Amino acid sequence: MSDVADRVKKIVVEHLGVEEDKVVENASFIDDLGADSLDTVELVMAFEEEFGIEIPDDAAETIQTFGDAVKFISEAS
Amino acid sequence: MFDLTGKTVLLTGASGGIGGAIARALHGQGATVALSGTRTEPLQALADDLGERVHVLPCNLSDPDAVEALPKQAAEAMGSVDILVNNAGITRDGLFMRMSDDDWQSVLDVNLTATMRLCRGVLRGMAKARWGRIVNISSIVGATGNPGQANYAASKAGMVAMSKSLAQEIASRGITVNCVAPGFITTAMTDKLTDDQKDKLLVKVPAGRMGDADEIGAAVVYLASQEAAYVTGATLHVNGGMSMF
Repeated sequence: MSDVADRVKKIVVEHLGVEEDKVVENASFIDDLGADSLDTVELVMAFEEEFGIEIPDDAAETIQTFGDAVKFISEAS
Repeated sequence: MFDLTGKTVLLTGASGGIGGAIARALHGQGATVALSGTRTEPLQALADDLGERVHVLPCNLSDPDAVEALPKQAAEAMGSVDILVNNAGITRDGLFMRMSDDDWQSVLDVNLTATMRLCRGVLRGMAKARWGRIVNISSIVGATGNPGQANYAASKAGMVAMSKSLAQEIASRGITVNCVAPGFITTAMTDKLTDDQKDKLLVKVPAGRMGDADEIGAAVVYLASQEAAYVTGATLHVNGGMSMF
């Protein structure tokens, strides 16, 4: 697993308080990992801080799963 | 009850009469307080008076960059901002038909937009901590309106509706957002009124007297406390019964 994926997973596990093995490629933050809409905003902000990138609102909306997040951040950073 | 030991406060408008009383009240309950305002001198004088657990952070609230920087400065100085009190406010009174865009905008900028920016600036830390208190100082005229104060009344009503919206968004994170709406309070500004003017105003106040700034401080202490954890989106009217909602 890439370094980006490890770091994203760490943030997701810490923020949502979920088991690490639940955070898989297709895991949806809201449907599978129990996030609410505020959690998704907080996650995006945490990603921005961790990776020093800017995630615009329209891009943030497309980040639904763990895999989406890793893909977006890998391309942006 | 209402112990604030270990809590950190960012307070705007601390150089004013009501702001000073809020600072004393929160500090008196054990909180560490960052005093903000436009003029350094009165802030420093208040800080000297309070002694320990005080920081002075001058800020011009009509400068967006300065407003954005303020929560960060407060967090650096105190380690966190647990409690935000938006007390700063300006007036540019005038009859509506003659109100300039500038008089409208400057009041909205300082009273409402700066409040929004400061709320936004402290939310992240509060959300992470799963604890926070925001107390916005509105005004009775935000609920009743007041001739000659369309801009001020609109800004104060805006604070109430903004607070209610934010309160709903953020309640699940242990953060409460409330308003205090003072009525007719004794300050340097009201000291200038003649006895005749005061008598006319007091006819409308069932309590028969003007309020004391300390009575606003006490309301803020309550809403900032752990004990008020289940109170959010509320407006606490402190007005001697002048208007009841």
